[in-house]
Order: sequence, then structure tokens, then C-alpha cells
Amino acid sequence: MKFTDIISPFLAWSRAAKKVDTIPYPRQKNPGADRYRGFHINDTDKCIGCGRCEAICENLAIDMVKTAQENSEKGDSGLRPRVDYGRCCWCALCIDVCSTGSLKMSNRYSWVTEKAGTCVYTPGVEKKGWDSDEKGFRQDNDALGWAGSPREQMKITAPEERVKTFNEVVKGYTVSQAMEEAARCIQCGLCITACPAHMHIPDYLKAIAEGRFHDAVKLFYDNNPLPEMCGKVCTRQCETVCAMGYQGESIAIRWLKRFACEQFDSLADVLNSDAEPGKPNGKKVAVVGAGPSGLTAAYYLSRKGYETHVFDRMKQGGGVAWKAIPEYRLPEADLQKQMEVFEKAGVQIHYGEEVSKELLNKLSEEYQAVYIAVGLQKPSDARIEGEDVPGVRPAFDFLMKSPEKTKENIGEKVLVIGGGNVAMDTARTCRRLGAEVIISYRRRLQDMPADEEEIHEAIEENIDMRTQTIPARIERSDKGLKYYYVEAKMVPNPKGGRPMPKPRDGIEHCIQVDTIFSAIGQTSDTDFLPEEIEKGMEFKWGRIIVNSDQYTGSKNIFAGGDITPGEGDAITAIADGLRAVKGIDSRLS
Amino acid sequence: MKYDRATDPEKTTHLFFGPQHPGVTGNMSVEMWFDGDQITKAITHVGYLHRGFEKLMEKRLWIQNFPLVCRICVPEPDINEECYAMAIEELSGMEIPERAKWIRTLVLELARLAVNLMAFGGQAGTLGLGTGAMWGITLRDFVLDLFEELTGARIYHIYIQPGGVRRDLPEGFDKRIKSVLSTIEERLPELDRLILNNAVFKLRTKNIGVVKPEWIEEYGIVGPVARGSGSVRDVRKDAPYEVYDRLDFNVVTENGCDIYSRALVRRREIDLSISLIKQILKKIPDGPIALKLPNLTEWKVPPGEFYSRVESSRGEYGYYVVSDGSLKPRRVHVRGPSYVHAVPLLEKMLAGANIADVSNIMVSLTTCPPEIER
Repeated sequence: MKFTDIISPFLAWSRAAKKVDTIPYPRQKNPGADRYRGFHINDTDKCIGCGRCEAICENLAIDMVKTAQENSEKGDSGLRPRVDYGRCCWCALCIDVCSTGSLKMSNRYSWVTEKAGTCVYTPGVEKKGWDSDEKGFRQDNDALGWAGSPREQMKITAPEERVKTFNEVVKGYTVSQAMEEAARCIQCGLCITACPAHMHIPDYLKAIAEGRFHDAVKLFYDNNPLPEMCGKVCTRQCETVCAMGYQGESIAIRWLKRFACEQFDSLADVLNSDAEPGKPNGKKVAVVGAGPSGLTAAYYLSRKGYETHVFDRMKQGGGVAWKAIPEYRLPEADLQKQMEVFEKAGVQIHYGEEVSKELLNKLSEEYQAVYIAVGLQKPSDARIEGEDVPGVRPAFDFLMKSPEKTKENIGEKVLVIGGGNVAMDTARTCRRLGAEVIISYRRRLQDMPADEEEIHEAIEENIDMRTQTIPARIERSDKGLKYYYVEAKMVPNPKGGRPMPKPRDGIEHCIQVDTIFSAIGQTSDTDFLPEEIEKGMEFKWGRIIVNSDQYTGSKNIFAGGDITPGEGDAITAIADGLRAVKGIDSRLS
Repeated sequence: MKYDRATDPEKTTHLFFGPQHPGVTGNMSVEMWFDGDQITKAITHVGYLHRGFEKLMEKRLWIQNFPLVCRICVPEPDINEECYAMAIEELSGMEIPERAKWIRTLVLELARLAVNLMAFGGQAGTLGLGTGAMWGITLRDFVLDLFEELTGARIYHIYIQPGGVRRDLPEGFDKRIKSVLSTIEERLPELDRLILNNAVFKLRTKNIGVVKPEWIEEYGIVGPVARGSGSVRDVRKDAPYEVYDRLDFNVVTENGCDIYSRALVRRREIDLSISLIKQILKKIPDGPIALKLPNLTEWKVPPGEFYSRVESSRGEYGYYVVSDGSLKPRRVHVRGPSYVHAVPLLEKMLAGANIADVSNIMVSLTTCPPEIER
């Protein structure tokens, strides 16, 4: 043994003269690090109650609870996470997956209470001392991407190619693309609240993700008998509230619906017994109009055992939705596939039957209930000086005449007034007929009611968007038409809502064109209503007012679709049809 | 029953050591019979810490196990995260970003540094030299401060996730690491004077708790215990993972076979970790830190099985992961080195040992009961 080995340990005493490392608590406190995983903070206004945190929590420490402050509305479940610190393990997975990024953690870690079991609270709703803490664990979605991811890119035809033909622009997903896209769904179900028809979106996305395309189609038909059409042209309100859309891109719900339908040559075969008529109950219902709303009502009534007859003045079903939407968005070839299902369900459609006062009187007497779903047929007046000169035409009529087949001469330069879907459809159709197209719209690009994708694709197709232009007058000249407009500035609307366009300086600009299409909406034409029926109804802006069962209040007449006030899109019309089925069924049984 | 002199109640005293005893490394106990102060027979009892992790993991989503696995070993959680992540990445065919590999190696070495500081000081603690244990714990705490800053927690880091790491290094983090390293380097000579150059420590550890080199193969001894008996096994060198093949180091080995040489291995491992961390800080590249994972609640790992292994502070540590292609693992088996060290080897070494050396031997074998039982 060495002598130094005996002395050496005693040198440890030198440490006694040095500063201690221990923190003298409570005189000095040790705050958590900047990233410390402490107590939860929730920005309840930002939170949408999607329940992603609850789903990921491995300890079942998070429950989604109803709170007094939050109401459930479109895109918000009204629920907020409540954290039980008796179970929480501070792993912070909930923070990293929070779809809106509203959930955070403070760097505080000490909570002293006399009562066990009280360490349970709803962050943001019950106020805590750490609610406004700047430091603590925060989401980093740029690095991880757990809270939102990009969508599977849909293959579309290049703009320069697609303007040459009327072929469909969108090419559709492949099987692997669709399954991957559907697997992005977090099953929060917020989309169901936003869909007017309340389709079973999370369920069918799961079915698609698992490759059960049959099941997906059956789920579509549970409350939407036109899924392929919706899969192509739906206004997809579901996607606007998708939880994945906050920090990534919303799930392509519409494209997936389209994909599942495209997997089968015959939807009627897939549905099989699920599309057969119900046991006849001896009651008859008439439906006027074979558009989305009328077909929906007819289909589900027939499935319930009613004898349903649909009357339409056109030679084919699908109504305006099919006729006015151009080929490149909704090919007419798909129509037969979907109409087959209605035939299988026993819906009897009488084409070429113009609805009149006499017919309606007859129907209301012979049938136990009548559902009016005639839509809007009359183009609105643009109220511009000179709109009645030859060469100025309603866009709606133009689209209804299948311009891709007639190939009528519209000249070299076309101007479309309006910013809705009809304006876009007209402009892009004219572009495909070889014309140079200008769109004149009073408000800004972001105010356009048309689908964002439509606007984007129209711009890609070199359509000249003249926004903030107020039409002044139209004059006929030797070479064609002269369109005069003034530039607009946006002023706040005193009643709230979208800002209003007002002339900026009054200087008139002029464009020389060959044809002008006015696409500023359609109005109702209720001349077909017999006086006896009409007097029992109420109207607003020419549209029939109905109750929550789509009942008009007059005799046995129900109404729905565009003829009643609403969003004016196909899915709303379908939802009206569903409500009418419920209303008619409860009234007749 | 056959007569056994070692357990003869007339000749021996029967006593339990643990499960609640400061000298035990966790909740396990040693049932001992001794004659005078010499142990005649020892049986280890585990089972106080069984939490059923492996079964729990079969009931949880792949990502939900990521916060769970670190709890299998308290002093060094990161190796569990690393093994689990490596297995999933292998099964899914993921190649994680370069920066993530370097950060993972950094974290693993920081964790090893923290454990070895605690274990080196702890070896002195078992002999009643509490000062050594406290100083070791203090230095470990400086490393835990770094972990807190990097990961948001001191013990359960939940940081090495499948696909990369969870957060990037904070601004100026390398400076803080260097400052902690220099504090440790500055104080290590004090610890050496207190522990390694201590006459009592030497008397109580030299030629005591001998692990014969031939036992290494027989029992499957790994890590510092094997390296204290002349073995040169180290997964970091034998089957390099992450970026260990790009770092310059030699396997630490001693030939004393006794407790002292195992303490010396740990002491030199501290130096090695410091050197590795300095190398990593110099070479760490920029870039992304994680791969994008699929929807976590719908994440299905492709079917297959994989055994991933890393060098923990106690030796080779492995995860056997089986996936049947579903949302949850089919089977996860954890193979820790402590089972061999704390059960068959300890029982063998205690027979004939002095009763005062039980915890001394136990700590020198770097046992970790939570990892034996899971």
C-alpha cells in the first residue's frame, strides 16, 4: 500500500471551501428549460376539438369534454381536451400531433394541492397561472410533420393540352395513391358536420385506406345516390373544415369518392340488394325534376317501399348538374352508370314531361305527396345598359345546349361577366372552342364564389381575369360588341360581409369583343305553380320557403334543391332530398 | 429433500438482502445463507418490478410505444428508444437523415456519460464513501440539465423517435455541452483522488468479486463486466450503428478481473464518452432531423422481424421486434444484459463472498432490475 493512497482521499476536503452546486430551494428556484414539458396550455379559440390529442394519448389521460364556453358548429366539435395528471406521462405526443397547433406546454412543473385527484383540468377553459407562459414545449411541425402533411398529388392534364379538347382535366388517383391519401385521415369526423348530406366520410375513407372499395361505395349510397357526380364536381365543404388542412393540406375527400366509384363498371352490381326497392307500402309519391335533389328523394323513397315517379322535361336525368357542367369536369358518359342504380331501385322516370299547372294539379291529387325539385331555370338580368343587344347571351343557356357538341360560332374574343362556377365553366368552354376569353368581375379574385380550383385552372388556361371592373354599358359596333367598364375600389360593407365595389374614378375603359356571356346567376321560374297551390306557399327572392322537413305548407307539396333558399350546389340539393324523404315518410306513415 | 450443508439451518443464518435496501441497485432481493460472515449460498429474487411492458407494447400503436420504451431502464432510457427506433426503421426500410444519426449518437454518448458518472461514484457509495456517490450524481445532474434543454425532460427524454429525432439542437447548445464537459474534466481528478487512489477502496475492491475470463463465454457476459476481465467486446466497434464507424476510438479494456478493474473501465469510459462527444460536435452536419412519418394513428409497419442491438452502459442491449403488418407490434422482446449479470452470475459470485461485499459486487456488475423484468 502506498502512503499517497492514505493521504489522497483527505484531499476531498478542499471542496469544502468551494461554492456548492446545490440550489438553495426555496430561496432560489429552478425554472424548467425553454422546452420543458410541463403543464398543458390550450388556445381554445384555435382548438377545433378534433380529438387528435385524445386518440394519440397512450395513457388515456386526455378526455374530450363538453365545455360551457364552446358550442359545436361546422368544423368545431365544441369539445375540448381535459388532462388528468394522474395518468399523464408528459410525453407531449399530444402537442406534436395537435392539428391546429393550439395545444402547448408550459415550462412549469410544480403544482401543490391538498386534495388528491384535483390535478385534472381542461386547459384554456379553467384558467391557470401558466396559461400565458412564453416558455415550454411547442409544436415543431416543420421538422416532424405529425400535425399535417401534404396531399397526394392528383395527375392533371397540362393547361396547354387541355384547352385543345373537352376531355376530362383530372386523371384520377391510382390505387396506391388513393389508399395512401385516405390513410391520412385522422377520423375526427368534423367533415360530417360540414357536409350538408352528412355523409359517412371517416368511415368510407377508412374503407378506401384498407382497400375495401365495395364497402366505400355502399357507404356513399347510404345518404348520397350520386357519389360519382359528387366525386367530380362537389363543392366539398367537408374539405374546408378538414383538421389536416390547418397545418398541411386537407384530405382529398372528393377525389377519393370519385376514385372508389371509378373502380367499378357497374355501381348497381356493387350495391346489389342494397339498391333494391323496399317492400311496397301502396303509397305513391311524385317528384318533379330529375336533378340531384329529385333523384335523391325518389331513390330513398323507393327504397322505403313507395312507388315513385319522377317527371322531367329533359331527355335524360341528372338535371342542370349534368347538363350545364361541361364535359371536361363531368363527362356525360358517367351518367348512365349512375342512372342504372335508380332503375334498379325501381324509380320510374318519365322524360320529356314539361311541368305545368295542369300536371301539378293532377299529381297533387293522384299522389300522396309531391316533391318539387325543379331548380333555377331563368338566367338573371345583368341590369347593364345594352344587355339586350344581339351578341349578349345568358351563359346558362349556352352551357345547357352542350356547346362541345354543337361547336357553335362564338367569335374570336369572348367576355364573361361574373365570378361564379357558371362564369368559369363558360369561360373555359369558350377557351376550348378556340376563343380568347376575358372574365369581368366586380370584386377581387378572393371574393369570387367559384371553386378555388376552378379559378386556378382558369388562370392556368390563360383566361384574362379582369377583377374589380364594374360593367357600365354594352354597345353594338361594326366589328362586334364594345364592353365599357369602370375600375372599382373596395369599400367596407356597412352591413358587414364582403367589401363592396365602388367606382374608383369614373373613367370608362372599353374592350372590343365578339360575344358577351352574362353569368351572374339564375332565378326561379314559378309560373308552373297552380294558383291553389301557390297561395299556400311563402316566397323569398322568388324561392319557395320550406320547413325543416322540406314541407312547403301547401297541400301535400314538398320542395327542395335550388328552388328553395340554400347554397345552390348539388350536395345541398341532395341533402334537401334526404330531408324531404324523412318529411314525406313521417307525414305518410 | 436432499441435505445441503450450504442451507443447513443448524449451521447457517438465513437472511434477505433487499428488495428495499439502499445497497441494491433497484427492487430485487438476494436470499442468503451464511456461516459466520461468509455466504454459503445465494439466490436472487426478481419480480418486484414487473410492469408487463412487453405485453403493453402489443396493445399500443407503434408511435405510442415510443414514450413507453424509455421507462424500461431508468438511468439510461435512450438506448431503449434507439433500439426500438432502429428496429422500426429497418422493418420499414427507412434511411434516417444524416444529421439525425449524429444527434442520436451525441445523445447516446451523453446518456452513457451520465450513467457512468453515477455508477463510478456509486461504486464508492456501496463501501460507505457517500461523498464519491454525491459527486458522481452532481456531475450527472449537469448532463441532465443538457438533456432537459434538448428534449424537455431530465430522465424520460422521449427523444429518439422512429424516423429521426424529435427536435433540433437549440441555439448555442454545443457551447453548453462543452462547458459541462470542461466542468466534468476539471472535477474528475478530484474523484480519482477520492476513489481510485483511496487505500480503503483498493483494499475492498482488488481481488474481490473476480469474474474469470472463461466465464465470459459460459455466461454470456458483456459490457464493462466483460471488458474488466480482458474482453474487447463492444457493439459500437463490433457492429457499428449510427455513426460510430466514423468516430475514432479504442475499446476500453482492463485485465484485473476484479471490482477495481471494472470501476477503472467505467472511469475510462467517461473519458471515452467525453472524447466521442467532442468529435461529434466537430463533425455534426446540417440538414433535416427527421423523416416524415405516415399518419401516426394509421401507421402500419411492414411485416417482418428484426433484432436491433446497441452498446448500453451495461453491455449489449437488444430489442427483438416482430411486426405482422398491423397497427401494433406483434411482439417486442427486450434483451438486457442485466439478466445474466444479476441472476446467474451474481449467484455464483456471492457463494463464498463476504457478506459486506454483497452490494459492492452487485453494483460492480452494473445490474439494473427494471431491465431484467420489464
